Formats: sequence, C-alpha cells, structure tokens
Amino acid sequence: MSYARRALAVVWKDLAVERRSKETLNALVFFSLLLLFVFQFTLGADRERLAAVLPGVLWLGFVLSALLALGRTFLVEREHDCWEGLLLAPGDKSAIYLGKLLGNLLLMLLVEALVLGLFVVFFDIDLSRALPGLVVVVLLGTLGLAAVGTLFAAMTANVRARELLFPVLLLPVQVPVLLATVKATEALLLGEPLGAVAHWVKLLVAADAVYVVVSLLTFDVVLEG
Amino acid sequence: MVKTLGWLTALALVVGLLMAFVVAPREVTQGNVQRIMYVHVPLILASYVAFVVLAIASILYLVRRDPAADRLAHASGEVGVVFVGLGIATGSIWGKPTWGTWWTWDARLTSVAILFVMYLGYLLLRGTIDDPERAARYCAVLGIVAALDIPLVHFSVYWWRTLHQPPSLMKPGGFTGSASILWPLLVNLLGFVLLYAYFVARRVRLLRAEAEAVP
Amino acid sequence: MSLEPVIRVIDVRKVFGLVPVLDGVSLEVRGGEAVALLGANGAGKTTLLKILATLLRPTRGTATIAGHDVARAPEAVRPLLGVVAHGAWVYDDLTARENLRFWSTLNGLAVGADDVSAALGGVGLERVADARVRTFSAGMKRRLSLARVMLTRPRVLLLDEPFAGLDQRAKKWLESRLETLKAAGAALLMVTHSFGRELGIADRLAVLAGGRIALDTARGTLGPDDVQRLYAAHAEEGL
Repeated sequence: MSYARRALAVVWKDLAVERRSKETLNALVFFSLLLLFVFQFTLGADRERLAAVLPGVLWLGFVLSALLALGRTFLVEREHDCWEGLLLAPGDKSAIYLGKLLGNLLLMLLVEALVLGLFVVFFDIDLSRALPGLVVVVLLGTLGLAAVGTLFAAMTANVRARELLFPVLLLPVQVPVLLATVKATEALLLGEPLGAVAHWVKLLVAADAVYVVVSLLTFDVVLEG
Repeated sequence: MVKTLGWLTALALVVGLLMAFVVAPREVTQGNVQRIMYVHVPLILASYVAFVVLAIASILYLVRRDPAADRLAHASGEVGVVFVGLGIATGSIWGKPTWGTWWTWDARLTSVAILFVMYLGYLLLRGTIDDPERAARYCAVLGIVAALDIPLVHFSVYWWRTLHQPPSLMKPGGFTGSASILWPLLVNLLGFVLLYAYFVARRVRLLRAEAEAVP
Repeated sequence: MSLEPVIRVIDVRKVFGLVPVLDGVSLEVRGGEAVALLGANGAGKTTLLKILATLLRPTRGTATIAGHDVARAPEAVRPLLGVVAHGAWVYDDLTARENLRFWSTLNGLAVGADDVSAALGGVGLERVADARVRTFSAGMKRRLSLARVMLTRPRVLLLDEPFAGLDQRAKKWLESRLETLKAAGAALLMVTHSFGRELGIADRLAVLAGGRIALDTARGTLGPDDVQRLYAAHAEEGL
C-alpha cells in the first residue's frame, strides 16, 4: 500500500511541478508546432508522397518529442539536489521509477494527442476508421519509449555529455518499438483492421513487458548514483 | 595459461585461413571474393559470443558486485565491438563485387548494424563515467537491457525485411553447403572464438592491473 | 544515555582518484549524545557525513549505524536517518506545505495536516506555508529542510552546518528540537567549520584534520575561545 502511495506521490509531484513551471510542456508544444511546419514545407505539397511517409513522419515527431521530454525527466531532481532525497527514502526504489514512468507517460500521451490533432487538421487526414487501432498502437509504443527512456534518463542524469549520451543509448534499443509502431500505423492508416497487424502488437506488448520489468528490477541500482 | 591460449589461437587461425584461401573450392559464381565469407561469418558469430558473455557477466556483476565480472564484461564489449565492426567491413567487401553494393538494409545487415551501435553506446557510457564502481553498475544495466532487446530487434527487423542469403548454418533443416565449405568455416569459427577469448584474457589482465594500481 | 555506540566509524579511508580524503578515521557516537565534528573546508567532513548517510562507499574500513553496515546494508540504515546536507531537497515549484507532504509520503510516513502545520510553525514558516519555495531565501529553504527532517523523528541525525543561515529565533528552535531528540535517545553528528551554536548542544568535540581524527574529547565547560585554541593546536590547517 505504501508502495502505491509513494509512486502516486511522485506522479503527483511531477505533474504539479510541470503544471506550474510548464517548462517541459511549453518546449514540447513549441517543438511539435515546429515539426509540423518543417514537415509541411518539405512534404506538404505532394499529397501522395505525404500519405506514404506519414506514419514515419508522425512517429519521428513522437520520438523526437519523447527524447525531449524524457531527457528532462530528472532535471528537476538534479537541479535542486533532490536526487539524494529520493535515494535515501526508505523502501523499494522501483516505486519512484513507476511514478516517474506514469508521469512521463501522461505528458507524452498529451503531447502526442496534440501532434496527432495538428496533423489531422493541417494535413487533412481522415482518422475515423483507424483511430481505435491507432490508440492501441500509440499507447503501447509510448509505453515502450517511456519505460526504457525513464531508466536511461536516470542513468545519464549525472553523467558528462548527458544530452548526447541519452539519445545515443536510447534510440538503438528502441528500434523494435519504432519498427512495430510505424509498420502498424502504416497498415492502420491504409484502412486495415487491427487484427492484420497482430504480430506487431504482440511484439509491442512483449517489448513493453520486458522493458518495464527490467527497469523495475534495476532502477535502484541506477538510482544509487 | 593465456600463452597456451595464444598458441592454440594462432594454430587454429593459421590452419583455418589456409583452408579458406587455399584448400576450399573456388566458388562458381562469385569467384575468390567469396572466400571472405570464411572470415566474415566467424567474426560475426564470435561477436555474438562476446555479447552473450557480456550479458552474463553483467548479470553476475549486479548479483555479486564482483569487479572481475565487470572487467570481463568490459573486455568482452570491447572485443565484441571490434569484431562486429570488422564483420560489417568484411561483409561490405564481400558484398560490393558480389551484389553490387556496399550496403543494403536487409534484415541481417540491419540487425547487426543496430547491434554495433548499441554496443558502441555501451563503450561510450563506460568512457564518460569516471567512477569505476558507478561505471560498472550502469554498464551492467545497459548490457542486460541491450541483451534482452536483441531478440526483439531480430524479430522486428526480420519481419520488416527479408533479403539476405537464407542462413545456411542455422536453418532448421541443417547445413546445405558441402563439407568442403563447412570444414574451413568451422575451423575458422573456432579460430576466431579462440582469438576473442585470447584478446579478452589479455584485456582483463590489463584491467585488473590498472585497478590494483589504485591505492 | 545508552552506552552502546549507535554510530561507529572504524578506520575508514576514502580515496577520490589518487587523493586520500579520509585516511583512517575512527569515531563513535552514542545514543542521546551529540558530537560536533570540526574541520576546515576540504578536510573531509562532508565526505564522512555522506558515507554515514549511505551516499558514498568507503574505500576501506567500516562504518555501522545501529549495527548495520552502511556500505553493505544501506536499506537497513536509511529509515533511521535524518540528514540535513548542503542540498535543501526542496522543489522550487511546490509550496512549503506541499514539499513537506511529498517528502513525508515518499518516506512512508502518515503525516496529517496538523503535523505539517506544526512543523512549519516550528521553523517560523507558517505564514509562507502556501507560497512557492522559489520565493524563499536560502535560510528559509534551510529551515524547510530542517522541518522535513523533524517530521520523520529520526534515530540518527547527520547535520552539515545546521545553524548556518538561521536567525536567532530559528536557532533557538533548532537547539530545543535537537535537545528533545537527544533526550529521546537519538545520536547526533554535527559537522561544522565554525565555532557556533553547535557547541552548545555538543557533548563531545572532535577535530578532523589530515584525514584523521586529531582530537576527540568531551566538551565539558569549554567555551568557543577554548575550542578555537584547541582546534588551532590540533589542526594542521588553520581556519
């Protein structure tokens, strides 16, 4: 019971800090708008080409936003020396990981919904049939990114060249998630049912399970700093 | 002990390479360039051994916090990355005259490239952390995550593309090449695995000497 | 009070790179006892404190708290500790009240709203309880940190310059709180480089110089000047 309360305390804390400072949220929203413009300028004119690259472009946007959000997730702890406080709190440290993960997940999903909305509006895409399947894929993909991302963010938080090392470590490991989500999104946007991409969904579920379990087990080792 | 290992390695490699470049039959369609396969495949397979050892040593380190396990993981990672790099290079050299291109994004090549980058990241992480104990811990976690990720990478990439030569050694039906190709391949495989072991043994020795030099 | 030492440091060495910061430190603090550890900046006081707080591992030697080895069983030690170090452990964008609630929950404590208000009142922050910590001065943040520690009622207190940056009223409050904790059997280790109020509650004085304990004596009736003289006599570096 205390485990859940501690995890929720971390979630609440992160969301409260974010809601008041809005630092990460602002950066993400601004970044998403920027991406939208860049994609429009480079791809927007040719509707067919756009439709072909849309899944990749969409997830590129999601991944880049994820890098931004996850890279900052322990920033507040580092800046205010709260890291030691987290470490010295007695009890299972994985509760802190879980709290951080949930907070990151919520933030990332919020931004992804915004980006998706912008894409629908500005590129005139019809999502009505694909939406339920898309929601599943986006949820699973984001969980995968956030799970390893939170762990690696903790690992790189106190290390030299943090901003460089974090994406270098995260992206290769996330290739399965990237491939699965892009391919599944592609199929869904072409009108295929979720069942047609079942193997990708299963891969995502397996990947998410592996990532979350390993992170829960090894987070306290990383927090030891 | 390490010296014996060194001699055995040299022996296996000399025999293996002789077999590969002199004894083995000249391939009909590809010509002599195909002989690179006898070096390319063992390099890649030996690097897989390196990464399995790295994963196991990483788990051992987290469980026992034994610096020797960390040194093994460290050395294994270094040698593994070099072998993968050389494996990719020899693959490209084989590929250019044979298939007309240095590189293609087929399943096998893509998987190996991702492996290479993942373990380069491992070495990079080691390089940026000064505190040896923290480096050991973080790299152990990274090593385990990367190792668990490999089957996921393999499947996702394979489903995404399939163009590479059908794996002749590891197909369920068994090896379909003739014995005159199999034997040089196996001897070279042994040679390169021994070479890996020899390099790791030397490197671990060096690492231990460095660690013991600290007061 | 209790005769058993709660904090035991046995021949601890700590090396950073090639520099030995602690070179054979031995110290004991009993329950209900307060020890003031004096030393110049860079003498290794904070390092020793961090080792006891399970934030660093000694290169050699052992340190135990209530019988648990700090390097091998940190999780057994942590629930007993109250640490006030240089970092304030406060989130700028939360209010004082929210900070205390967060840290209490994280530490597994069930503190009610009254406890939080009482703690804030004790450090004189009751009027800014619902203001964001971003607006606080360094001294106020330090007071909030102390309030946080007091809420946990620790058995062992590790304090780094606890009286620094506090006004008279807060100093009096801290003194009385520390005395109460001492009376309840807590072991206190206070680290400082000045001869301030820490001396008032200290039962023993120790001097850390040259990586070792150069002096370890009962404070008795020594005043700040006597202490300064003693320190100068035993420390290699002046203050």
